[in-house]
Amino acid sequence: MDAQTTEGGRGDDRSSGAGGTPIAVQVRGLTKRYGDVTAVEAIDFDIVGGSTTGLLGGNGAGKTTTIAMLMGLVLPTGGSISVMDVDMLRHRHRVLHRINFESPYVDMPMRLTVSQNLTVFGRLYGLDRLRDRIAEIASALDLTHLLDRPCGRLSAGQKTRVSLAKALINQPELLLLDEPTASLDPDTADWVRSHLEAYRAERGATILLASHNMPEVERLCDRVMMMKEGRIVDDGAPGELISRYGRDTLEDVFLDVARGTGRAEAGGAEVGRAEAGRGAIAERGGRALQDSD
Amino acid sequence: MDTRSKPLFSPPVYRSVSPARTGAMVQRYLYLLVGSWPRLLELVYWPTVQMLMWGFLSLYLSGQSGFFAEIGAVFIGSVLLWDILFRGQLGFSISFMEEMWSRNMGHLMMTPLRPLEFAAALMVMSMVRLAIGLVPVTIMAIAFFGFNLWGLGLVLVAFFVNLFLTSWAIGLFVSGLILRFGLGAESLAWSLAFLLLPLACVYYPVDVLPGWLQWISLSLAPTYVFEGMRALLIDGVVRIDLMVWALLLNVVYFSLGLFAFLRFFDAARDAGSLLQLGE
Repeated sequence: MDAQTTEGGRGDDRSSGAGGTPIAVQVRGLTKRYGDVTAVEAIDFDIVGGSTTGLLGGNGAGKTTTIAMLMGLVLPTGGSISVMDVDMLRHRHRVLHRINFESPYVDMPMRLTVSQNLTVFGRLYGLDRLRDRIAEIASALDLTHLLDRPCGRLSAGQKTRVSLAKALINQPELLLLDEPTASLDPDTADWVRSHLEAYRAERGATILLASHNMPEVERLCDRVMMMKEGRIVDDGAPGELISRYGRDTLEDVFLDVARGTGRAEAGGAEVGRAEAGRGAIAERGGRALQDSD
Repeated sequence: MDTRSKPLFSPPVYRSVSPARTGAMVQRYLYLLVGSWPRLLELVYWPTVQMLMWGFLSLYLSGQSGFFAEIGAVFIGSVLLWDILFRGQLGFSISFMEEMWSRNMGHLMMTPLRPLEFAAALMVMSMVRLAIGLVPVTIMAIAFFGFNLWGLGLVLVAFFVNLFLTSWAIGLFVSGLILRFGLGAESLAWSLAFLLLPLACVYYPVDVLPGWLQWISLSLAPTYVFEGMRALLIDGVVRIDLMVWALLLNVVYFSLGLFAFLRFFDAARDAGSLLQLGE
């Protein structure tokens, strides 16, 4: 396992993890409130460079809000975020060219062709040899024959591949994914996962993945952070969580956490902390997000 | 292939404001325009309708005797300058709303694109869209009604600069509102500039207004442009003083518009509405 959580403020300020492994993302006391509603509450975690971390939780758990804060799309109410040693709240533009994001819930312009979209985003990321890069990524994602087609005329699977091409166009060191395989057929979803695995292996990239798909998380992630009502209630490697909860699958663990019916046997945070009266969170957050949590 | 050995970026990657990123956004809007004939047609359609209506009215008036015979050209001049102001703002706001309609704002704002670069691209597109719409109409005005806007000479540059600055100030303010409050505020993009139609005295002199309203009118930059246009067409006088006043006021309004846009942008990030799309 190559990632670590410092839930509850246990972590110190450092730019490298155990064994000198660089910390790609460091979050301390991250909080987001929309009026009286708390979407994310004082979460702390580190993500070691080169790892894939899953963010799991039910609807409204705060996953998308957390990712949006990491990208700088949502301003936190409190806390700090450091991405590759850059303070995201003060200097996010210094590091945005090293990050990218993919979500089926954020569309690409439908009237532009695939090639035009990739050209615009490539230029926004300041890429050199852009034509070559587009050809390269189109070939890798089997998009070459679709380059001149408007994005609005693509199937869901093709759109996801285009979205992934956009997300990888700048060869990001930190890739944030929000349910990257939602609404895809199993074959296409498997293809996307394989590509993500290959990308991480090739580039040594750090991936943070929010997903409801437990087999996907088990396959891709070195580590899983379980979110509930805006807090990280547990984390660990998928296998560790499964054995800790005495379950057979990560989905069972997810259900235990979501329903507050299970209890970790050792080492992890106690689950079932859904105290009465805490109230629902992110989705009730007024004008929060078009939250896919 | 080991892509790690191939740097993708030209150092320094981090720049405070990048003309290249502004250019990328302009290219995005040009792709959209060129690929959509209804969008192109719309740019020419309304200015043409306006020109024809006011042009024929001017022809009718010029056939009358006395004062009415003199004001035909003033009407056409007013129409064309008003179109610069209104279409300039609309060009800015529609380009902005293309991002809202295509639900692309989230993607854009997580790239290195800065709000100022985004705003600069919208300003460029406002000029491009206006040129596409207005140049054919000015040629039509020469052909059908004998009014040559370009014949106004260098003072036309002062008119253009001032009207564009006002239109961008309004565009920045409206776009900020939409950014923060969503497409529910879209109607302001189409209607806010019309407030200037009576107050900036587009078709009549400031003297026509009651005293208290004159003060409001004189606090608006376009008022000086339209007064300057009438001075030129009726009296043949270039009023530099009016252009200077317009420019000073525009500096204030443009600064306020930019400030509002940036504040609304931060407010949108605070409210989480950059990812929330639609109404």
